[in-house]
Amino acid sequence: MTALLRKPWLWAWLGALAVWLATATFTHGRGSAEVLSAALTFGAFFVIVALGQMFVITLGPGNVDLSIPACMTLAGTVAMKTMDGAASMIPLGLVLALAIGAGVGVINYALIRLLRIPPIIATLSSSFIFQSAAIWWNRGLRVKPPEALADFTTAKLAGVPVIAIAVVLMAVAGHVLLTRTIYGRGVVAIGQNMRAAHLAGVRVERIRAATYIMCATLAGLCGYLLSAFSGGAALNMGEEYLLSSIAVVVIGGTSVAGGFANVPGLWGAALFMFLLVTMLNTFGAGAGVRLVLTGLIIIGVIVAASGGKRGT
Amino acid sequence: MNPRLLRGLLPPLSLAALLIAIFWLQPRTMSYFGLNLLLNLAVPIALAAIAQMFILCVNELDLSIGGFVSLVACITATWLHDTPLLGIAALAGLIAAYAALGALIHLRNLPSIVVTLGMSFVWLGLAVLVLPTPGGKAPEYIRALMTLKPPFIPFPIIAAVVIAIVVHIVLMRSAYGAVLRGAGGNPRSLERAGWSILKIKMTMFALAGFFGVLSGMALVGLTTSADANIALRYTLLSIAGVILGGGEFVGGRVSPIGAVIGAVTLALAGSFLSFLRLNPDWQIGAQGAILIIVLALRVLISRSEVRS
Repeated sequence: MTALLRKPWLWAWLGALAVWLATATFTHGRGSAEVLSAALTFGAFFVIVALGQMFVITLGPGNVDLSIPACMTLAGTVAMKTMDGAASMIPLGLVLALAIGAGVGVINYALIRLLRIPPIIATLSSSFIFQSAAIWWNRGLRVKPPEALADFTTAKLAGVPVIAIAVVLMAVAGHVLLTRTIYGRGVVAIGQNMRAAHLAGVRVERIRAATYIMCATLAGLCGYLLSAFSGGAALNMGEEYLLSSIAVVVIGGTSVAGGFANVPGLWGAALFMFLLVTMLNTFGAGAGVRLVLTGLIIIGVIVAASGGKRGT
Repeated sequence: MNPRLLRGLLPPLSLAALLIAIFWLQPRTMSYFGLNLLLNLAVPIALAAIAQMFILCVNELDLSIGGFVSLVACITATWLHDTPLLGIAALAGLIAAYAALGALIHLRNLPSIVVTLGMSFVWLGLAVLVLPTPGGKAPEYIRALMTLKPPFIPFPIIAAVVIAIVVHIVLMRSAYGAVLRGAGGNPRSLERAGWSILKIKMTMFALAGFFGVLSGMALVGLTTSADANIALRYTLLSIAGVILGGGEFVGGRVSPIGAVIGAVTLALAGSFLSFLRLNPDWQIGAQGAILIIVLALRVLISRSEVRS
């Protein structure tokens, strides 16, 4: 029991449960199942990007990928336009979205390495360019996704969204990658002490490169699936994923200072984030109140979770 | 040439290069009226960059400044216009909130990126509450100040120079300014010398809040009305401006004059592109490209610094 209480991901799951129960109580249980199903679908999108962001953040202070929204938009628009609604093009679209993601990751890492600038600034300045590229490519059109692909993103298996099942499997793979592979252990080691990791024979730069490329590739995948889900790519579709990807990682119990990560918390935090907004909606809160409360609750969770007085 | 000097000259040189390119492409901008138009919107961006600079100076990062400036703009266009006392109280409260944020981040040892990302939601939400639909009206005196037409030199240039010099004197030339910057350079030795890091962080955050308020007011003075999303892109512009101006991410190495120059450069980049008749889709991208180019130049310079 005490071992369970000490799990860093526990609080995210408890929070998600509490918020869901509060909503269910308010509506007297009406629609609770639907809410849960929606939470699983939207949570899945959060988890895809948060998985990559988690590995990046775990690399240590200053490591964060701010280009995720732009990367999602670019991959989504290019893939949708190339597929142009044709079912036969679905695999090509997927490959394209993943390739764009990987390309974004390579550029990001190259900037970090060659210009020796903090990753925040590197990914920030490159995101400007990716965003512009997406606007230029898209030309304001909203190309519909192939029907089969859209159906896949909304399909359900025994009441559970297929996409959620797929992302749960992905999270399991991410967990194994983090805890059972040399790569994952290397990421954690770099986050705890880059110099010590280097001296211990961890290939620091190779791992950092792989992490940024993986993060951007996942963002590309998320952009592909999200634009299929929402009936086409929109230029602002990645917007909320900037905060969400970071918030989900941190609320999930991953240390924002790096060197300490966990995957189960991502799902708990993703559900929490979605259910929180749903709860505020059911309570009849307007957009303004909803935003203020979301912000305050995120800060509250972070104060409660990552607290610890400044050591002197 | 001395690499150190070259490094200091990089921001003004990039600005000059951009200005010359604009003048060459569109000679009509080389007039009182043209410069006024060209540089108008640079003033609020420069103020936001100064706000961001105070935060960067103590090794933190503010991802909420855009939302904050939007909120200030909304309050300025509504409360400050209709009920000035309430407006002033609200703006003072916002500055206090910024100081409290600095205290919270310091005392609980929280990552400023995450806290300010959360705060960006709060500011935006408050802005929506204050002004649900675009509108409002700028107070007359702010409008009059921002559209001032002094003889010979356009107002935006005077404003930018005054902002840069005032902050330069306070932060770079005063004794307490050195202490403030020291909190970014070596907080431990400052603490040993008897200074309170908590107070310094609160001061720096309050200063950031103050300049954020000025930025929002200046913006409304130019646009005459506000909306809740009016300044969201200022977050990225302000960070980019400080970095362009030679600021570093850690160590308290910042430059107020550089930050103003960087902000003006970014504001001009958009006009430059439209004069090039380049696709407007690439406007944001060009700002990113300029940032990358300047950072690349900086790497080249510091390499030669190491060599010499």
